[in-house]
Amino acid sequence: MEAVILEPSLYTVKAILILDNDGDRLFAKYYDDTYPSVKEQKAFEKNIFNKTHRTDSEIALLEGLTVVYKSSIDLYFYVIGSSYENELMLMAVLNCLFDSLSQMLRKNVEKRALLENMEGLFLAVDEIVDGGVILESDPQQVVHRVALRGEDVPLTEQTVSQVLQSAKEQIKWSLLR
Amino acid sequence: RMLKKFDKKDEESGGGSNPFQHLEKSAVLQEARVFNETPINPRKCAHILTKILYLINQGEHLGTTEATEAFFAMTKLFQSNDPTLRRMCYLTIKEMSCIAEDVIIVTSSLTKDMTGKEDNYRGPAVRALCQITDSTMLQAIERYMKQAIVDKVPSVSSSALVSSLHLLKCSFDMVKRWVNEAQEAASSDNIMVQYHALGLLYHVRKNDRLAVNKMISKFTRHGLKSPFAYCMMIRVASKQLEEEDGSRDSPLFDFIESCLRNKHEMVVYEAASAIVNLPGCSAKELAPAVSVLQLFCSSPKAALRYAAVRTLNKVAMKHPSAVTACNLDLENLVTDSNRSIATLAITTLLKTGSESSIDRLMKQISSFMSEISDEFKVVVVQAISALCQKYPRKHAVLMNFLFTMLREEGGFEYKRAIVDCIISIIEENSESKETGLSHLCEFIEDCEFTVLATRILHLLGQEGPKTNNPSKYIRFIYNRVVLEHEEVRAGAVSALAKFGAQNEEMLPSILVLLKRCVMDDDNEVRDRATFYLNVLEQKQKALNAGYILNGLTVSIPGLERALQQYTLEPSEKPFDLKSVPLATTPMAEQRPESTPITSAKQPEKVAATRQEIFQEQLAAVPDFQGLGPLFKSSPEPVALTESETEYVVHCTKHVFTEHMVFQFDCTNTLNDRTLENVTVYLEPTEAYEVLCYVPARSLPYNQPGTCYTLVALPKEDPTAVACTFSCMMKFTVKDCDPTTGEMDEEGYEDEYVLEDLEVSVADHIQKVMKVNFEAAWDEVGDEFEKEETFTLSTIKTLEEAVGNIVKFLGMHACERSDKVPDNKNTHTLLLAGVFRGGHDILIRSRLLLLDTVTMQVTARSSEELPVDIILASVG
Repeated sequence: MEAVILEPSLYTVKAILILDNDGDRLFAKYYDDTYPSVKEQKAFEKNIFNKTHRTDSEIALLEGLTVVYKSSIDLYFYVIGSSYENELMLMAVLNCLFDSLSQMLRKNVEKRALLENMEGLFLAVDEIVDGGVILESDPQQVVHRVALRGEDVPLTEQTVSQVLQSAKEQIKWSLLR
Repeated sequence: RMLKKFDKKDEESGGGSNPFQHLEKSAVLQEARVFNETPINPRKCAHILTKILYLINQGEHLGTTEATEAFFAMTKLFQSNDPTLRRMCYLTIKEMSCIAEDVIIVTSSLTKDMTGKEDNYRGPAVRALCQITDSTMLQAIERYMKQAIVDKVPSVSSSALVSSLHLLKCSFDMVKRWVNEAQEAASSDNIMVQYHALGLLYHVRKNDRLAVNKMISKFTRHGLKSPFAYCMMIRVASKQLEEEDGSRDSPLFDFIESCLRNKHEMVVYEAASAIVNLPGCSAKELAPAVSVLQLFCSSPKAALRYAAVRTLNKVAMKHPSAVTACNLDLENLVTDSNRSIATLAITTLLKTGSESSIDRLMKQISSFMSEISDEFKVVVVQAISALCQKYPRKHAVLMNFLFTMLREEGGFEYKRAIVDCIISIIEENSESKETGLSHLCEFIEDCEFTVLATRILHLLGQEGPKTNNPSKYIRFIYNRVVLEHEEVRAGAVSALAKFGAQNEEMLPSILVLLKRCVMDDDNEVRDRATFYLNVLEQKQKALNAGYILNGLTVSIPGLERALQQYTLEPSEKPFDLKSVPLATTPMAEQRPESTPITSAKQPEKVAATRQEIFQEQLAAVPDFQGLGPLFKSSPEPVALTESETEYVVHCTKHVFTEHMVFQFDCTNTLNDRTLENVTVYLEPTEAYEVLCYVPARSLPYNQPGTCYTLVALPKEDPTAVACTFSCMMKFTVKDCDPTTGEMDEEGYEDEYVLEDLEVSVADHIQKVMKVNFEAAWDEVGDEFEKEETFTLSTIKTLEEAVGNIVKFLGMHACERSDKVPDNKNTHTLLLAGVFRGGHDILIRSRLLLLDTVTMQVTARSSEELPVDIILASVG
């Protein structure tokens, strides 16, 4: 294994995946051409699921890529990057995604709740990673930007400034209607 | 109430838990007609957009027409002010930007949102807008982009910066003009904005070393807010350091080292990893990085433990002693529930631990080999391979382990790593050869990988005949002929022929077996069998050596091209194999080095070799017509300037039969001048004659250009090939304005002294591999053999002598004769090469170590000149 100095780049994330407990794709976003066709993507997802769903090991090296993952009830979350990538950066993305969803779904991170809030998922991922670049890593910010109505987020989860912010937001929107 | 609940009906009829499960593309697109209804029902419409996105996300293919239709319907939804619906529109625009046509019609809507009052719209609108904008349209929104970059709302600024980064790919020159805004954003208090701004600045300036250095010192002096930005700057710094050839006194190194004390683990790890990856780091420089990694080994976070042990594993490859301090921490990870971590810990311990711990660790690892992924199995094999080199006495234990692994399930990369490892053990330890070969024989009895089967057959043909009992391999090889498909059969036939060529007692039975193969269904197998049969029946050693034991040394693509050329221009002359360029790496060595585990996904392409590219470039220069085929290009360009000077010049030497072409790749690093008519004048010490200069017409700032100088080789004394050239670059300077690029009409002549250029004997010789040196030696014969004895007075060991000779002559050391066994005071070095013009040259050099090294050189060639040149140069 030769020491490789990477071209410094903001392009950190190669893919974000969410699979269900049969290994089927609920959500997949690939940010580069590592797996150009749907067929190759599905094969990769199958491989990843087989290698990870029985363990709770958090991190693995598969097909030459670093995969960090996390599961919750019947959902499996994956963030994938180059094997030279800083593992903790990938972890930051995974944690941000998971915590944002956990807030949006009121800690009810399971398949049914997620499917009932697909918009929220699409919008959250869009706020966390843009074209492979980490856009935001703070779940509070993500939840705020996805603009769920404030009442849906339990107050205890929010900082004071967040509460004020969302209150302002609510007033604004009630005026807009 | 969250975003919205789906219709009750959906949930019931779905049956399962997935309301999207039975979506029909046509039905969903049909539903999109609702978009045209007034008033707009935001909930319903957002739900339909979600369904469309879901379908695309599942990999459903949308045709251009249907996508365009849905897209146009969607544009109507901009009339609604529902925030969720609007945001879903942005997502749809982005997803469809490369499927639907005329997506630019939403430009004005997006521009309005981007500059509007609703902060939650602005960031996403910027990103959607940049996705559909091409370089011509970018001009129209440039003003807004500049404003957005410095916007005080972080999400807007970040969106603009990241979008600018994406736009660099197609509109570099436009985005370059936004650096002042990016510079301002880089001082932002928001950690993400700072990160994105620094990233953009770096990407814009990365070709300007000075600017990058300035940027690092500016932003690191006061400390950064964002851990991500720190990681980025560490990478930038280590890249600069590497290009500077790694002086450790640099402030860049100090910066990286200071990051080891950062409060964020992410930054500390990035810094440690950067130090470990710097080439040529000493154990002392590594120590602080190793100690933070040691701390991480006991982190409760698996990802951090993994990152730490993986990096320590890398350190252990080059500096095992630097990691021994962590042995206790690593021992604790041997039982880690994450098997990747456990494997990495064990393989690291195998490199750092003592010989006595090997058995225990191997036992431990075999208990969970079946649980780990192929990638890590390869890591284990690589660790074993390293162990075998370190502790040759352990090879029996380790070989057994490898054989067990070889018999178990596994993919190609894994099996190839095992086979590579066994082969290298066999090559290093002659006493393990027979066991190794018989296990490999057993493996090919049931091997699904053609490449491995043919490799092993090749090895059997090469090594088998030299063993005590060669006949026992014949059965295994012939079985392949009977049972396998054509590629393997062809390999088996070649292996059989090699036994026949080296072993007279076996020849009659080999001939019988080959005769059976002449009837094979496959052309290649049949041709090989017929060819070998005819060669073997001649019973001539020289024929066997030339056509069976030592194969072709020419480049295969080169041969193909030369043959094609020959058929296009019919000629009376027979085809001359000497006109074909040689393979730059000897054929049998073209197998990849032990592959890093990360390269698993690289497609194996047959790329044109470097020399073939040169050949084509040179053939395009009119002055170089009639030089004949290119014999050799020097493997690495030589720098003729320091790296930080006004002009940077590198030279590549191209050798032809009677000429040499020097290729000078020049870069002008001054942005206020353009050079024209650039040539490099040469002044040789020997009788080389400069024939012509091919100038580089123009060298604008930072755009590399090439000029050539053609020389004829010395004719009076053709042995005087080693030569020093003094070099002078001559050119016309035209000053120009760095900002506008406007250039003065008038120029003036100037010159610039370059470092001397050396041409050595090695430049005239191409290394080739002779698998069977003895046979090649006999084949060339002693017609032009010469012998001389030299004393190498400054050399104190045999290894040093061997290393120097190989390097000096640039020939291939055959039969592993470059390895000097321990505790010997005599050694024979066997070298093979091809001299310019296509003549084989072979050297047998006997070395004797007393106080100094005495060397007796015997050289053979099919011509006299190469022998004379070699002996003249050594003397």
